[in-house]
Amino acid sequence: MLSDRDRIFTNLYGLHDWRLRGAKRRGAWDGTKGLMARGHDWIVDEVKASGLRGRGGAGFPTGLKWSFMPKKSDGRPNYLVVNADESEPGTCKDREIMRHDPHLLIEGCLLASYAMRAHACYIYIRGEFIHERERLQAAIDEAYDAGLIGKNACGSGWTFDLFVHHGAGAYICGEETALLESLEGKKGMPRMKPPFPANVGLYGAPTTVNNVESIAVTGAILRRGAVWFSSLGRPNNTGTKLFSISGHVNKPCNVEEEMGIPFRELIDKHAGGVRGGWNNLLAVIPGGSSVPCLPAAACKDLLMDFDSLKEQKSGLGTAAVIVMDKSTDIIRAIARLSYFYKHESCGQCTPCREGTGWMWRVISRMAEGRAEKREIDMLLQVTRQVEGHTICALGDAAAWPVQGLIRHFRPVIEERIDQYAAKAAGDGARRVEAAE
Amino acid sequence: MAKLIIDGQEIDAPDGITLLQACEMSGAEIPRFCFHERLSIAGNCRMCLVEWVGAPKPQASCALSVNDLRPNPDGTPPQIRTDSPLVKAAREGVMEFLLINHPLDCPICDQGGECDLQDQAMAYGVDTSRYAENKRAVEEKYLGPLVKTTMTRCIHCTRCVRFASEVAGVEDLGAIGRGEDMEITTYLERAMTSELSGNVIDLCPVGALTSKPFAFTSRSWELRKTETIDVMDALGCNIRVDSRGRDIMRIMPRIHDDVNEEWISDKARFIWDGLKVQRLDQPYVRRGGRLEAASWDEAFASIAAAVKSVGPARMAALCGDLAGGEEIFALKDLMQRLGVNNMDCREPGLALDDRAGRAGYLFNSTIAGIEDADAILLVGANPRLEAAVLNARIRKTWLAKQLPVGLVGEPADLTYDVRHLGAGPQTLKELAAGSHKFSSVLARAERAMIIVGSGALTRKDAGAVLALAARIAVDCGALAKGADWNGFNVLHRAASRVGALDIGFLPHKGGCDTAGILEGARSGDIGFVYLLGADEIDTRLLDGAFVVYQGSHGDRGAHAADVILPGACFTEKSGTYVNMEGRVQLARRAVFPPGDAREDWAILRALSQHLGCTLPYNTLEELRGALYGAHPHLARIDVIEPGDPAGLVKLANGSGKPGAAPFAPPVEDFFLTNPIARASRIMAELSKLHRGEAKGTGTDG
Repeated sequence: MLSDRDRIFTNLYGLHDWRLRGAKRRGAWDGTKGLMARGHDWIVDEVKASGLRGRGGAGFPTGLKWSFMPKKSDGRPNYLVVNADESEPGTCKDREIMRHDPHLLIEGCLLASYAMRAHACYIYIRGEFIHERERLQAAIDEAYDAGLIGKNACGSGWTFDLFVHHGAGAYICGEETALLESLEGKKGMPRMKPPFPANVGLYGAPTTVNNVESIAVTGAILRRGAVWFSSLGRPNNTGTKLFSISGHVNKPCNVEEEMGIPFRELIDKHAGGVRGGWNNLLAVIPGGSSVPCLPAAACKDLLMDFDSLKEQKSGLGTAAVIVMDKSTDIIRAIARLSYFYKHESCGQCTPCREGTGWMWRVISRMAEGRAEKREIDMLLQVTRQVEGHTICALGDAAAWPVQGLIRHFRPVIEERIDQYAAKAAGDGARRVEAAE
Repeated sequence: MAKLIIDGQEIDAPDGITLLQACEMSGAEIPRFCFHERLSIAGNCRMCLVEWVGAPKPQASCALSVNDLRPNPDGTPPQIRTDSPLVKAAREGVMEFLLINHPLDCPICDQGGECDLQDQAMAYGVDTSRYAENKRAVEEKYLGPLVKTTMTRCIHCTRCVRFASEVAGVEDLGAIGRGEDMEITTYLERAMTSELSGNVIDLCPVGALTSKPFAFTSRSWELRKTETIDVMDALGCNIRVDSRGRDIMRIMPRIHDDVNEEWISDKARFIWDGLKVQRLDQPYVRRGGRLEAASWDEAFASIAAAVKSVGPARMAALCGDLAGGEEIFALKDLMQRLGVNNMDCREPGLALDDRAGRAGYLFNSTIAGIEDADAILLVGANPRLEAAVLNARIRKTWLAKQLPVGLVGEPADLTYDVRHLGAGPQTLKELAAGSHKFSSVLARAERAMIIVGSGALTRKDAGAVLALAARIAVDCGALAKGADWNGFNVLHRAASRVGALDIGFLPHKGGCDTAGILEGARSGDIGFVYLLGADEIDTRLLDGAFVVYQGSHGDRGAHAADVILPGACFTEKSGTYVNMEGRVQLARRAVFPPGDAREDWAILRALSQHLGCTLPYNTLEELRGALYGAHPHLARIDVIEPGDPAGLVKLANGSGKPGAAPFAPPVEDFFLTNPIARASRIMAELSKLHRGEAKGTGTDG
């Protein structure tokens, strides 16, 4: 369990002052100028050495991503874009950072931008986050007024401007290239890669897109050292992580914990345990709605980090843990997620546009039992036809929950189909009787 | 060069091409819907997926540059498979997705037989559907009188959207909604405002956008296809005329990269209903003020009597906008044999002639040459209306390199940024003197283009304006730099004009030009006028003269005629046309002329016999022999004989004082510029729509 002194987000619950004064008292903006004075590459190397992996879901090593940015400009500026379009169902960590610790994010933006030689950074914030936007903007204004950002940021001689842009509430705009399109004022549709944003990103210039949490931890990593950060967690899965625990637990919460914490410990210590006790656990979606669910049996010794969840054919994703107890109709739950993906598909490429609707319709029938057993395999095949065939990862995200359901709960689906068939047969027989 | 191994075959792909093109080079066929060589890459249909051995996912080959393919870790070239089980599964999967919400109404779909989806479903699909849910249905959209929509069939490839915004340059089409609710539509369902809108019909790989006038008339395989050229403007767009029996059913573009790429204007595409109505199908002779049907012999006898009584000095001949080289040559021949000097092929006031050589009236930079230009000056021109497809080429160049375009004349929306420099000759004088801001732009340009349109060339002071334009071209170095570059261009709008100028259908030995002939006819100095399809003149002036009209349509010229000789349209004869850049092209016969109408050269040959000076050719081959003998370059089909730039210096030194009047708009009504267009109902409807008289709504038609 993470000790209090290792916590980065010390105002996660908003118990203290979120303004600059409070943030400084908690350690933010301490020696930022000195950190910058150690050079662009030192920051990148330090973040690389810390083993920080992207907190937005894919878990790509953050330092490595930063090192892709050109060191010499060919005339185009470099940009940092912070993805604050937190829309993954179950996830609510970034909004807490922006609400209660916005200065961690702002300082991280400065340090990361400086590391990547970017003079401008955009924070693309989800349209529904109105309060967060206001608070973040207020914090940015404070930072400007205090000379922490703007011309000669923190007295470092580096000019740095930070802009907040708010979206219109489309899930797909959280995909990095769709986010860039949206930021440019176009329809939020993912771009093809290559070229990758580090080559051709925002307004055609080299761009790095990072999650809020990845950026917000940068200051702490640099201040306390890569060794400290990498000493937490497990190899290749280092540091601390914000977990958003929701669903059938006694005390749903956001909590910062060490990577690789056992699932059971996470739930029992912080969320008051599963509603009705551990044995009442049915399934868990460990990383936001896009990752496959895991049955209770797989959760007993489950470690919450990228690699161990990947071994279980699931994923850490955004670390939004959705707990479902035995009162859950798991088929209906996944059908609801399917509806979400059908609704949020941008419609650009064929497999996702057509496949998400197909999956939703079939699985909705299955939730009623109004289906045939051979359709389970067909549905699985359809998910495979979507997965990996699309421009962006929304196709994969739509396919995985269904795959997880079929992998672990096929008997439940079959049983539902049998029940429905039996009821239909009974109804039919009664109708025949009545008619006679 | 990028080295690749595609299906075991090693190839060297040129830099910058896509993997899809590289695969095609190696002989592998890659199915595709959204990819189109002339549009930007969307990569959304996912039909072109191939396997890059070692990559975790199949790759969209249309969107992957061959230069983005890394060699394998051991240094061997990247391996691509287009025939592996993975690829087969991917294609079948995508095809299945495309078909689940497709209505599969091929039997009632006009695209049937030439549908990419149909063909590829045969080749890459499976034979049954696993989709048991209800299919999506989408409301039809109104895109104007040309494009019929059946949006349920749409597969969202966005080719039409990309065409409209990239090639046509109008932001009319777009997608609304998201996911499976995405729909392609125009903004508030207004008709498309492009002269090129018909091309979306060809681009649409399915039956979502089809031709409204052609709807439900025939199947593509019932049609006889004739490869010919278009005469609606002076561009000489390559077209294919599809006919069934005696009727022309539709017109489609053919690919010619140096002329029209693969676009044609709406006028070229939808003119065909005008070919069937208002046709002159037998000779007429005016008796007692009324035109009465007559036999060929009666008509010829009547003409012979008039010729005899008037005498060659008071005779004249005018050639119209759509005439082919053969009949122009035959008419010139006939008139010269009769001793007639008054003949002209130009609209009244047009200042072009052959004194400066061909360079004086050609589009010298060539149409494809526009893409090499780095600055353009438009003088009294509106290329969007005078030659819509050429305008798309300017836009393409502008998109590629943001070249500066200046305009002297009537301001217009040309679909690219145009600096309006001035309204008339005064600005030209400043440009020629080098005192205008834009002069330095032209001087700096390596390959400047001066494009002179008919707005500048059909006016009293046109000779002086032409000289000024040539002066600018010479002075700004549009000729000198780069020996292969000639930046002086005349933008013609009549298909016959360059051919007629080449043949020299111009006043002889002090004869009258068009204006002189018309004035002479009014005053009585001219007593006999032979109109070879000449309709774009004020025919009221001809009331006093004996008028022979030889042509295809009962238009202005026929109304004024004393004798009508029914001729053939461009789709009904084999004719030589020279486009504005000097490219010689052949129109071919798709159908026969209606009724008693005949090919025009044959009419002139028959008439010559009645006039007692028989033309010495009995067949088209013999006529062509004579034509090629006199003008050898006309024998070289699809070749441009460049003009000698030296003539331009002579032209630039021409005298004359330009007036002050601003240049008039060169085209009043794009859709009604010739007799065929004026006979067409579709063109009338478009003309009305563009003038804002008819507001189309979703319930219209």
